[in-house]
Amino acid sequence: MFSVFEYVLMAFYVAVLMIISRWIGQQAFSWMPPQATTEAQRVDDLFSFLVSIGVFIFLGLIGIMVYAIVFHRASPKDYSEGHPSRGDARLEILWTATPTLLVVWIALQSFNIYQQLNILGLNQIVHLHTPLESAPAYAATVSDVPKPASETIDVFAKQWDWSFRYPNNVTSNQLHLPINRSTRLNLQAQDVIHGFYVPEFRLKQDIVPGRKINLVLTPIREGKYRLKDSQFSGTYFALMETDVYVESLDKYNQWLTQTANSEQTPANQAVAENIQPPKTLFNSGWYTVAPAQPAVANKRKLTNDT
Amino acid sequence: MTHDLSEDITGDQESKNYQNKSENTWREYFSFNTDHKVIGVQYMVMTFIFFLIGGLLAMLIRAELLTPESNLVDRPLYNGLFTMHGTIMIFLWIIPFNAGLSNYLVPLMIGARDMSFPLLNAISFWILPPAGLLLLSSFFLPNGTAQAGWWSYPPISLQVPGDQFINGEFIWIVSLVLIGISSIMGAVNFVTTIFWMRAPGMTFFRMPVFVWSVFSAQLLQLINLPALTAALILLLFDLSFGTQFFKPDANGDPIIYQHLFWFYSHPAVYIMALPAFGIFAEVLPAFSRNPLFGYRSVAIATLGIAAVSIFVWVHHMFTSATPGWMRMTFMATSMLVAIPTGIKAFAWTATIWRSKLHLETPMLFAMGGAAMFIFGGVTGVMLAATPFDIHVNNTYFVVGHFHYIVFNTITMAIFAAIYYWFPKITGRMYAEGWGKLHFWLTFIPANITFFSMHPLGLQGMLRRVSSYDPQYQGWNVIASLGSFLLGASTLPFIANMVGSWLYGPKAVNNPWHATGLEWTTSSPPPPENFQEIPVVTKPPYDYGDPKYSVVLDADNGE
Ligand code: HEM
Ligand SMILES: [Cu+2]
Ligand SMILES: [Cu+2]
Repeated sequence: MFSVFEYVLMAFYVAVLMIISRWIGQQAFSWMPPQATTEAQRVDDLFSFLVSIGVFIFLGLIGIMVYAIVFHRASPKDYSEGHPSRGDARLEILWTATPTLLVVWIALQSFNIYQQLNILGLNQIVHLHTPLESAPAYAATVSDVPKPASETIDVFAKQWDWSFRYPNNVTSNQLHLPINRSTRLNLQAQDVIHGFYVPEFRLKQDIVPGRKINLVLTPIREGKYRLKDSQFSGTYFALMETDVYVESLDKYNQWLTQTANSEQTPANQAVAENIQPPKTLFNSGWYTVAPAQPAVANKRKLTNDT
Repeated sequence: MTHDLSEDITGDQESKNYQNKSENTWREYFSFNTDHKVIGVQYMVMTFIFFLIGGLLAMLIRAELLTPESNLVDRPLYNGLFTMHGTIMIFLWIIPFNAGLSNYLVPLMIGARDMSFPLLNAISFWILPPAGLLLLSSFFLPNGTAQAGWWSYPPISLQVPGDQFINGEFIWIVSLVLIGISSIMGAVNFVTTIFWMRAPGMTFFRMPVFVWSVFSAQLLQLINLPALTAALILLLFDLSFGTQFFKPDANGDPIIYQHLFWFYSHPAVYIMALPAFGIFAEVLPAFSRNPLFGYRSVAIATLGIAAVSIFVWVHHMFTSATPGWMRMTFMATSMLVAIPTGIKAFAWTATIWRSKLHLETPMLFAMGGAAMFIFGGVTGVMLAATPFDIHVNNTYFVVGHFHYIVFNTITMAIFAAIYYWFPKITGRMYAEGWGKLHFWLTFIPANITFFSMHPLGLQGMLRRVSSYDPQYQGWNVIASLGSFLLGASTLPFIANMVGSWLYGPKAVNNPWHATGLEWTTSSPPPPENFQEIPVVTKPPYDYGDPKYSVVLDADNGE
């Protein structure tokens, strides 16, 4: 069907594609926000792998189309047959096998990486033991029991406010995390579904009212980040953000004691906007749920008992 | 390209007598009519109007997102805008447009005189205009439209002003239930028609892939749509009659709603996409003069996609309190979809490979759409990989991905179909230059608009936000400018369609020298489609048969 020369050309094309896709796959790391957790490193590895394969497939097929456009145009009145082959069983088998193999490969990689994350702990629903044994000992199954954590912080989400309760019963509107320690976040929502999301952590978890959901993560990069609400939660959804600090254990403990002794009424953007709406060109004045005034912190009464 | 071969091809001598019968009857398009062709056109024109409305809403959304602050529309209105945009685009543009196109084509393609239940067919259509108007009317309620997104997840969708029985959400649910009823009635009709009304000799493996796609898509409607209807009715009860199915503060479970919702709304993606794949399978062979590569595997892959798509819905819920075992199971099933879709993408490419390409407007849209599908498909597999999805879920990466599917693939395919069958439907040719202009004005801005959303999502910009951090502004400005250009691209299209329908040169029966029964009858087809019910003896896509390739009288026509 093809001449030797054409086989050489195709091999060359595939080789070039592999080089390009590998190179773009490496670039993919730089498209992501900084990696602030161990989980983020795993996710980015997976993303890079997915980009490499994706680029290979995309450019491979587009290349063939462009080639046809450039070299195989018909003259306007030529309606004769394009090429004589009416389908080729070998090619068809090859082209069924290729996506199958690629998909199995991608699925195995993703499964592996998911095991290494081991982030979510819903109050253990089902145990699924898989024959695939790899990776660290505690992650040999897809487990709903999160790995043990050295610190537990309660996270309360409500329209449109975040608050956190720390081990010594300190509450605050800022999330502080000690670096290099696994921390368990105990997520609870009061009214509607919210979502816990810090892009630098690569982790996202919906917080469903009426359920207790645990998320375990290990920050590895000091700095200040933004926690965002990732599940649409109504009028002031875009404003439901707060600061996240990853810091050394010393600093963290220092902040804890310092905060325990202070009483704070933090500013809440949604409340501010509800009282004083920004000027917009169109004003519908449609209904909105009024955000509750944030509770005064450290009075040891946080409204989460739903 | 418009050489009248009808006589040489079909020996259908009488076809000319019918040619003018259904012209000058524009009135019938505004009346209750049971001819599937009239109903098809009614669907297509009406849904296009909704597409324009949905597009205007999208441009308003993008105008708000030009700047980080919230300064064009207030926040409740913004939420109403994206809710209505999504709802209109899905339920009043793509799904019913496909129903219209299928209505027009399926009986012609299988050699039938009409659909099985013509009256039911007309009723299915006439439910839609009132349902659509009802939905739009909610803009005039004191508290406006629904604001909970097109998903309408509880409990957020249940937060409405307490003292109003009629509110945006209520209207939203009622219109959607009506639209669903229309779809179910349509689905019964399509499945029955394809099963029982095929012409002699039209075996399943002689059916064009477009018919296979409609068959598979409509089966999905029958199997999965009841889940959505049930979810909506329960939601309506919670909203208006005090039940507590989904209310977490009363022991209801909002996650059950998500399961019911996605049990329909994931397959809905394929209800929208399969007909688009069917269009590619018709247009690509005709304009590359090749049989569709691997016809049988493509046909089976079509059913395969439909079957697998029933078992993947949880990939929309990877972060919704979904336990690990479920995440992994649905990751695996979701990835399976890549196999039959991969087969299709390879088949399109192989059809084009080493062919004789004619790059007229339908072909440009079909090739552009197929290429963009490969991009959207690749990001789709990425999203199926749970660990990565956890990062980008609910961000602009997802918005970019699904617009590559719903706009860059499906809407492009729809344009390909409109240009390809325009001569058949109207009996006139469209203006090729305007068509090409429309293509480039669509293809380039669509990529500008929707590509930009991917980096935004990777960087963590969430969807459904009416204001954002200044760091995201760059790509947002690019996306917004692209979308305004995209809006402008509809103008040459409308001018071309209206102008050509009224004044375009007369079209011959088979301007593209295409195979397929619809090209053997006159343009436009007579009321009963065929003079005589055709007998099928050949496989589809028989390009290469001299009948379709030899232009006998090259200077005739135009
Ligand atoms: C005409 C060009 C279009 C533009 C510029 C556009 C733009 C947008 C934008 C900016 C959003 C908001 C994203 C968010 O905040 O979540 C959006 C959402 C959406 N669009 Fe489009 N869109 C277009 C066409 C379409 C089409 C053809 C469909 C067909 C199905 C569609 C379906 C949707 C859906 C389902 C949503 C999600 C709404 C929601 O989040 O509830 N769009 N679009
Ligand atoms: Cu929230
Ligand atoms: Cu899906």
